[in-house]
Amino acid sequence: MTLKPELQRNLIQTVANHVIQHAEELVTLDQAIGDGDHGLNMKRGFEAVLGDLDKTAALPTGEALKAVGMALVMKVGGASGPLYGTLFMSLGKALPLELSAASLADAFAAAVDAVKARGKSDAGEKTMLDVLVPLLAVLRSGGEDLPERLRACATEAAAATVPMRATRGRASFLGERSIGHMDPGARSSELMVHAILDVLEQEGKSLETNSDL
Amino acid sequence: MVRQMVGDDVPLAWCGGAPGGGLGTSVESILAAIDRAWSETGVAILVDLGGAETNSEMAIEMLPEERRARVVICDAPVVEGAVMAGTEASAGSTLEQVRRTAEELRAH
Repeated sequence: MTLKPELQRNLIQTVANHVIQHAEELVTLDQAIGDGDHGLNMKRGFEAVLGDLDKTAALPTGEALKAVGMALVMKVGGASGPLYGTLFMSLGKALPLELSAASLADAFAAAVDAVKARGKSDAGEKTMLDVLVPLLAVLRSGGEDLPERLRACATEAAAATVPMRATRGRASFLGERSIGHMDPGARSSELMVHAILDVLEQEGKSLETNSDL
Repeated sequence: MVRQMVGDDVPLAWCGGAPGGGLGTSVESILAAIDRAWSETGVAILVDLGGAETNSEMAIEMLPEERRARVVICDAPVVEGAVMAGTEASAGSTLEQVRRTAEELRAH
């Protein structure tokens, strides 16, 4: 599958801008349970993505995702570079030939597995995976109102990291003190999902049909 | 510090900071440092914090195939590990011996 260049451009641009706009919030979250740089790092990474927007938007979707991933790897400058980079690159590699909720779920599953391997982590440790893994479950279940359910899932899953105790990453050094704060990686994942769904909603396309995206 | 303690025979390199400066790490800087420290024996990497480790792993995956197997990340504290690794390397040891020596300092 490959998306129309305008839609692809819109998606990349909206995701990037949404994260950049929330950079300060991500810094604040990361100051509470990290080293305070998540927002700055993600902003840097997505500014690099925006810098290449024209070129990336013109690529076939799989290549575009890999390019976004690579930009994040090279420019984010923290652990989230390799983690988000791996997510996008793996998604680009696993992108199905025919788009359907099922094939997209398979591709996303491959990407989430790659993030798990890269971060040597899994759901339950208070990381971005605590949004990505529930999202995958919703995607897998398919069915009605998928966009709404994905949106709600991302919001709820990020909020669910607040009472969690971190057992991975910088926050894990805080032990009990990591409880009561949203994980910054979970929040940035939530932001990206919302941005994607905003664009798709505008386009009025359904994820279920094999439509001409 | 390592250079002073170990002498000039061992190729050394360091890097730090995010692309554009500031706190963080950079895959590009790591790759350049691997290149500066390169010898046929290989390169042992010592890292300070988690982001450095993940980015180093990424950098290793991006190396040309003939170099990839000869770059390792040591599970050791960065200062003591670097000194121990440098000392071991200056004795002409293999990459595996260098890594093992550095990792003897690993918390048990």
